[in-house]
Amino acid sequence: MGKTLNIAPITRIEGHASVSIHLDDTGNVSDARMHVLSLRGFEQFVLGRPVEEVPRIVPRICGICPWHHHLASNKAADACLGVELPPTGRKLRELCQMMAYIPDKILHFYFLAAPDFVLGPDADYSVRNVVGIVGANPELAKKVVHMRYKGQMLLEKFAGKVIHPVAGVVGGFSKPLLEEERKEILAGIQELKDFSIFTIKFAREEVFPKYLDAVKILGVFPSGYLGTVRPSDGALELYDGELRMMDKDGNFDQFTYPEYVDYIGEHTEPWTYLKFPYSRKAGSLNLDENDPVGVYRANTLARINVCDKMATPMAQEELEIFRKEFGRPTHLTLLYHWARLIELVQACERAEELLNDPEITGREHRAKNIEPRAGDGVGCVEAPRGTLIHHYKTDDNGMVTMANMIVGTTHNNAPMNLSVKQAARALIKDGSYDQGILNRVEMAIRAYDP
Amino acid sequence: MTKVTVAEEWLNACAGCEIAILNVGDVLVDLLVNNLEFVHIPVLIDKKYFGQTGEDKELSIPEAVVGIVSGGVRNEEHKEVLLEMRKKCQILIALGTCATDGGIPAMINMYSEEELKQFYYKDSPTTDPAEYPTEHIPPLLDQCYALDEIVKVDVSLPGCPPHPDWIAGAILALLDGKTEFKMPERSVCDACPTVRESKKGIADIKRLYMAAEYDPEKPLNEMRCLLEQGLLCLGPVTGVGCGGTKGAPRCISARVPCRGCYGPVRKGAKPLVDYMGALASVGFDPAKMPDRRGYLARFSGAHGVLKKIG
Ligand code: SF4
Ligand code: SF4
Ligand code: SF4
Repeated sequence: MGKTLNIAPITRIEGHASVSIHLDDTGNVSDARMHVLSLRGFEQFVLGRPVEEVPRIVPRICGICPWHHHLASNKAADACLGVELPPTGRKLRELCQMMAYIPDKILHFYFLAAPDFVLGPDADYSVRNVVGIVGANPELAKKVVHMRYKGQMLLEKFAGKVIHPVAGVVGGFSKPLLEEERKEILAGIQELKDFSIFTIKFAREEVFPKYLDAVKILGVFPSGYLGTVRPSDGALELYDGELRMMDKDGNFDQFTYPEYVDYIGEHTEPWTYLKFPYSRKAGSLNLDENDPVGVYRANTLARINVCDKMATPMAQEELEIFRKEFGRPTHLTLLYHWARLIELVQACERAEELLNDPEITGREHRAKNIEPRAGDGVGCVEAPRGTLIHHYKTDDNGMVTMANMIVGTTHNNAPMNLSVKQAARALIKDGSYDQGILNRVEMAIRAYDP
Repeated sequence: MTKVTVAEEWLNACAGCEIAILNVGDVLVDLLVNNLEFVHIPVLIDKKYFGQTGEDKELSIPEAVVGIVSGGVRNEEHKEVLLEMRKKCQILIALGTCATDGGIPAMINMYSEEELKQFYYKDSPTTDPAEYPTEHIPPLLDQCYALDEIVKVDVSLPGCPPHPDWIAGAILALLDGKTEFKMPERSVCDACPTVRESKKGIADIKRLYMAAEYDPEKPLNEMRCLLEQGLLCLGPVTGVGCGGTKGAPRCISARVPCRGCYGPVRKGAKPLVDYMGALASVGFDPAKMPDRRGYLARFSGAHGVLKKIG
């Protein structure tokens, strides 16, 4: 008789999901799915609110990447009200975007992903976690905890609130950066940059090589990719640019934020609350892991695949090493972790550049004379978990009349499902499975950092 | 010394409360090494509800002395997990305003399930209209509830997210054998260093797209109260604590008005009524306030505060 394995909750990720693996009479996988178990309704309950308040509401979509929602939402609200930002205001926002990236990447790599790599996927669940890492390598663990904390506190000290931020405002930023603050942040960022470079070297030389076998079989399938690039030269952008949608062979379209509706459709399945965005160009969505149609991925690996180069020098060196080994585009899901660390380096370098830019301490941090009006605005940023799309419409009073949001994790709903199915099929044979095998199936999800 | 066991769960939550736990910082690392043993915490540890290979029929969480739960209760699974946590934990902590008062996700209580799904699955500009999903997912409850509407809560730590000072304070008090830990029942204004001139005469309310007036080189205690400047600051009707045990209110430090993320000053307070009073006291006509519910119940829509329109 066939049976169903109910893997719940999926752990060491952000959010609520479960996996069901269906075995047939012979004990082989007939189907496997990831179910997202909640529907919260942000699109509904921002209706009727003043549009400038929305950036103070939507960060609660995700407490791990609240800054990115805050900033994408601010951009959409700016666009609705037709506001141009002064350069200092724009740069302060970008600086916060970079500073929010850094602790997030450290958290994800060491706390959420590393237990599988450092302790091994077969280690018992009771030690396969950050506490286990503290036991296995106390010196490194101490440093990691300290560096993540430091990144968070630098941002908090400057912007008031680090989780669910408030300092981004329609028209710019609520306060300027003072010279002594700039110096202090710069020193902190330089320390974080050194730690990031240590981390990518450590991962590249000591962690990933041990798991290259797993990298080559877990959750591998061809797909398209979505990410942001700098319009002038196609460099990887984390804050502002144009979107690129690539197909599985590496051909791509490049488009502006408001054009997203022409390139992205959303499909619904009966067994999960979360919708499935797909590439409109493909015409439809098919979730067959051997021959997927319309499936594209977002987040680190996607950005690394779609960009022509990195925007900063050390990150570029790392991209060259990566590309030489895996090509472009590469479809190996576990490489998300590697790509994540390349971006970590760019975020540090870009933060440093911004802090060395004289305009960053300017006093025109916020546009004046803003008036409510009817408008239609799309704001995007790259969040650690993928492109955020916030789209609002307003009435004459600047009140929201429509809100459509496609968030990072949602883009990866289809690929996460395919990865789960592919991994389960590859690993579970003739009714034989154990905790370690099921954890490997979860690793295929954790790579996406949902 | 034996360690105190802790179980942690998130329900209709965003993970910000869990990041706030990590932001306790070095104290937490010491506690983890010496005093606490997490037996269940999905964000960090792979303990499963239905056994490690997913074959059990009943949801089960290990026993623990302290249970920490973030997020409100929005669907059948949240409810089941909460009841199991209550059964297995001796002391239950509601962490964050979602858990204590519904938080931002409880703003959905103004709308019907049909309205919510109609846009999300049918009307949104990118969505191919479809039937609503129903299989293998927990049904939504009729609204989003605070934890104490479903089970008994022993310690309430509001905040979106709570300041790490209070999280550490509560844990240390419990380790000390106390079974209670209470937040002060004062308002954000009590911790706010801004200058209040108490002169009437706000001409007009300023919406958030208008800036506060202040000199960035000067500290907060030389900036005029934002409410007196005409900005809708909810400090008067919001519980104190976001700056930790000592610091200034966080939004005010960022030079923007409070939006109420610590919930009401005390249980049973009526922020809507009280705020109308606060506005009148600075000379503003409260009837002119736009989107009143969207400001005043933004974080506290549980406990029947926000009802469906129509
Ligand atoms: S209280 Fe705030 S930080 Fe905590 S779960 Fe709710 S929304 Fe997130
Ligand atoms: S109303 Fe706001 S700015 Fe004024 S004292 Fe209270 S918290 Fe401070
Ligand atoms: S000032 Fe108000 S909204 Fe801001 S953090 Fe404090 S309680 Fe929350």
